[in-house]
Amino acid sequence: MTTPLERDQESRLLKAWTPPKGWRYWSEVNNTEVGVWYTATAFLFFLFGGALALLMRIQLARPGGDFLTADAYNQVFTVHGSVMMFLFAIPIFEAVAVIFLPQMLGARDLPFPRLSAFGYWCYLLGGLFLCGSIFFDAAPKGGWFMNPPLTSAYQTGIGADIWLLGFSFIEIAAIAAAVELIVGALKCRAPGMRINLIPLYAWYVLVAAVMVLFAFPPLIAGSMLLELERAFGWPFFDPSRGGDPLLWQHLFWLFGHPEVYIIFLPSVALLAMIVPTFARRPIVGYSWIVLSAVGTGFLSFGLWVHHMFTTGLPGVSLALFSAASEAVAIPTGVQLFCLIATAAAGRVAGSVPMLFTAGGLSVFVVGGLTGVMLALAPFDFQAHDTFFVVGHLHYVLIGGALFPILAGLYYYYPLVAGKKLSERLGTLAFWLMFIGFNVAFLPMHLLGLRGMPRRVFTYPAGAGFDALSLSSTIGAFILAAGVAVIVWDVLRSKRGQPYCERNPWAAGTLEWLQEMPSKPWGVRSIPEIDGRYPLWDQPDFERDVDRGRFYLPDADEEKRESLVTSVIDARPVQCLELPGPSFVTPLAALTIGGFFIFGTFGQWVLALLSGAAGIGVVCWWLWTGTSVILSQPDKDVGLGLTLPLYVSGPSSVGWWAMLITMLADATAFLSLVFGYFFYWTVRDDFPPRGAAGPGALWPCLAASLLAGAWGLTMLARRFNRLGRATGFHAAIGGAGALALGGAAALLAGPWSTGLEPTSHVYPATVWMLAAWAAAHGLAGALALAYCAARRLAGRLTARCDGDLENTALFWHFVAATAVITVAVIAGFPLAA
Amino acid sequence: MGLSSRTSPRVPAPIACAAWLSGCAGPQSALDPAGRGAERLAELFWWMAGGAAVVWLAVAALAVYAVRGGARRAGGGAQRALIVWGGAVVPTLVLGALLAYGLSILPGLLASAPPGALRISVTGEQWWWRVRYESPGEAVELANEIRLPAGEPVEFTLRSADVLHSFWIPSLGGKMDMFPGRETRLLLEPTRPGRLRGVCAEYCGESHALMAFDVVVLEKPEFARWLAAQRRPAAVPAGGAAARGGELFGANGCAACHTVRGTGADGVVGPDLTHAGGRLSIAAGTLPPGRAGFGRWLAKTHEVKPGALMPHFGMLPPEDLTALAAYLEALR
Repeated sequence: MTTPLERDQESRLLKAWTPPKGWRYWSEVNNTEVGVWYTATAFLFFLFGGALALLMRIQLARPGGDFLTADAYNQVFTVHGSVMMFLFAIPIFEAVAVIFLPQMLGARDLPFPRLSAFGYWCYLLGGLFLCGSIFFDAAPKGGWFMNPPLTSAYQTGIGADIWLLGFSFIEIAAIAAAVELIVGALKCRAPGMRINLIPLYAWYVLVAAVMVLFAFPPLIAGSMLLELERAFGWPFFDPSRGGDPLLWQHLFWLFGHPEVYIIFLPSVALLAMIVPTFARRPIVGYSWIVLSAVGTGFLSFGLWVHHMFTTGLPGVSLALFSAASEAVAIPTGVQLFCLIATAAAGRVAGSVPMLFTAGGLSVFVVGGLTGVMLALAPFDFQAHDTFFVVGHLHYVLIGGALFPILAGLYYYYPLVAGKKLSERLGTLAFWLMFIGFNVAFLPMHLLGLRGMPRRVFTYPAGAGFDALSLSSTIGAFILAAGVAVIVWDVLRSKRGQPYCERNPWAAGTLEWLQEMPSKPWGVRSIPEIDGRYPLWDQPDFERDVDRGRFYLPDADEEKRESLVTSVIDARPVQCLELPGPSFVTPLAALTIGGFFIFGTFGQWVLALLSGAAGIGVVCWWLWTGTSVILSQPDKDVGLGLTLPLYVSGPSSVGWWAMLITMLADATAFLSLVFGYFFYWTVRDDFPPRGAAGPGALWPCLAASLLAGAWGLTMLARRFNRLGRATGFHAAIGGAGALALGGAAALLAGPWSTGLEPTSHVYPATVWMLAAWAAAHGLAGALALAYCAARRLAGRLTARCDGDLENTALFWHFVAATAVITVAVIAGFPLAA
Repeated sequence: MGLSSRTSPRVPAPIACAAWLSGCAGPQSALDPAGRGAERLAELFWWMAGGAAVVWLAVAALAVYAVRGGARRAGGGAQRALIVWGGAVVPTLVLGALLAYGLSILPGLLASAPPGALRISVTGEQWWWRVRYESPGEAVELANEIRLPAGEPVEFTLRSADVLHSFWIPSLGGKMDMFPGRETRLLLEPTRPGRLRGVCAEYCGESHALMAFDVVVLEKPEFARWLAAQRRPAAVPAGGAAARGGELFGANGCAACHTVRGTGADGVVGPDLTHAGGRLSIAAGTLPPGRAGFGRWLAKTHEVKPGALMPHFGMLPPEDLTALAAYLEALR
């Protein structure tokens, strides 16, 4: 029995949240829509990557196979690895999190819906560009690890450029999604969901997203260096001009190893939601799991060298990184045993999700054990770059990620479609996949130890590989049959099938509040939480939520709203108005994507034009859609609570997003600084004897100017708070002028001493650092101009100063970047 | 100490037994060791494989027991004990023991060769191996084949002329990457005579799969004879098709890239061919030796090895190809 008031509330909520119809549907930004597109796209790329795997298996079914040419095979294995890693494993984590994180946290949406949509469009565009290349025989063929100098000087086609620029574009989108997820998990939780009550899934997403923040920038920095070498001849990896291919390996694996855990942790996260549901009891060892997940995240950044054990490193490094690599098994083991303990404490009901969970873990443990073997440097000397590693990594990724994701698919499908998938087909698919997987990948361990290297398009008969390799091929097709069953189960018409009951698995977490079929508003009213399993623990919880007895039961202005809470104890601090559907997100993706795509074809003028257009679109997006000053300062959100509609600084989600983005930016910068000191450490000719540096005058002037710009920015913020318009405009104008001057002075240093970046890695590195800092000075100037314009337009006031707060925060990083750059390029040569 | 110790070569009984059981034998198998490093590492592997099987079974048994509900009667203390002991304490102890054992092998593998040991430089090139015996005596350059004396430590100095490669003879020991502009080292010590195979383990471009080499371990005196023979200039055929092939070799510009010591051919771009006819394979472990193999390589170079830098000579008349192949075969 709904009251008329409740019906009115519902119709207003519906008006606010219903997606647009027709072609305008694609302007939607709501997490449920975007998340589903995102997930579906990720699965499509997975199927594409799987099809490529089958091509490889056909080629390797017998010795001397001629199904593919060597060149085609090399493209296929490169694209297979790259697609599975960059277009499936990581995006699927972000995609699933975009759908479910808000629901698990009791929020209506993530804090930046347009950012999620933008991330999705970038991903789609970049992914299609990359996958499409293989149909034009133009795909990358340097392996997913892209080692130079093969990829710098020995592959002249556009394949390597597609990889470097295409994936950089996608990685930037992945960082955007990570920012969104981190701020979502920190700031958009249901009131009362203190940090110790956060669902484990959200913890894992938080850890994995933070890892994305620190893992991707080194790769983006490395890709930038490699593309500069390919496009303009800056010799970062060319030993004949002072470069070193090992720097690439460091930067790549600084990304590459954490990446494994970025894939694995969110998949365990799904299991940490599924197992308690089917064991009918809360997770055992909640804080153990959280600490282990955080610990795994930390440790994973100290292991990258185990991918480089055969590069001739000294014994001390080998021993140290062996020990660190073994250590990561411990937090992983703790997580596994927490799941087992939960199962032991409860009464486990059999189901397809639990089948995939059990199968996945049994496979994953094998991968973990072979990982323990590989982590030991001496054994790695034999097994490295052989099929043993291929077997190992598939046990880890299929057992630790794919099976859990499929468990999640069967578990969460009702939340998306309102109907369950078939128990019978799911069981069939599981057994096909499980058997096929083991038939395919177990023999690979022996193949590797019998001496079969990886990434070979053929092998000789009689070397002991024939039977094992054929077994792998047969297994791969059985595995593929299992995948086909799942595809059928998802795609088959379910029109005759009734909607399943609400909370069909009798779970205890918030996402299962959802009605069947779902309503676009997500949660009818945002509940107050006092336990980890509110649906189990809080009496009449579902009814109270449904009848709008909690926060924000209404959308009185028919606008999309959600709550922002404090980081630690989830106290409500703001009623956040969320942006609605807009085509600005695909437009921004298209224009910024244009920079990377034109760049791939060496059309740098068009690329820059497209990039500039992209910056324009983003400015327009920010101008119209963010930091909007509303007519009223605050609002009654229900339960007698009134919250401000506008906050700035550390209480606001925007400030946090800026902080987090800049941490990623600083990591990329530090990767470049690492490069400088790497060359200095390993090369005697860095800097070459008698080489001119950038001088002292211009760099020091640049540092002073940019520091001055920082000071004036702080002053402008102060004047704005005091309401002193003249002072504000004078300070911000001065800051902008100093910023431009500082950027110019940074470039004037190496220019004035005639450093030629193509001649040697030293001038190239100096130019790179100076250009990086100068670009930040320019971006800082743009942000200052934006703030000045906002104030003139009345969109920034003494109280509503979010843009200025964020710009000030940005400037902390710009100033630090400039000072460190100058200290390195001008100061260090004097000291060294 | 470690690899450089001079105890008699011996395959530990469990390894030999296990290798036999699982059919791990082969010229390229790390589990069929013929060198001291490979023996240690195979032993390490079998220990780890056995341990891994035990751990997997234990975890699986525990999980089944848990799901069956056998542990339900136990209270929260038992659950915590499961997490602490199963997740943290036992793994720490096991991994600690494994590290102590595994890393104890490391110094032996990384040790320097004793003074006076045989030194060989190998340069990886797309997609073949330039091999130079530096000592003892005068240096001599060969290609795509390495012969070693049994029971002697050998130090390899590794480089690359172009992209990254990795030098790996699984039956003798671990691999080592090869870099342009940087030298790496690898110490190997064959323990028994036999014919083995080495490969490039690091993806190095189009024909990475076709970059192998033959390895022959000989008794010491036999090795000395072989090396002396390799030092001698080519035995230039005096008459017949082979002699005509020698003329064609010069006329078609082969000498611009290849050296045949004792003739005018002194190119350094491609493999040294002074004793090409005596090698165990053609084109870096890709074709069987003999006239037919040489003929196919010359005529269908890029079919045999896609992307190879050598131009193909399929445009020559068949009789010229046959003569060239005969010449190469005669260079023993």
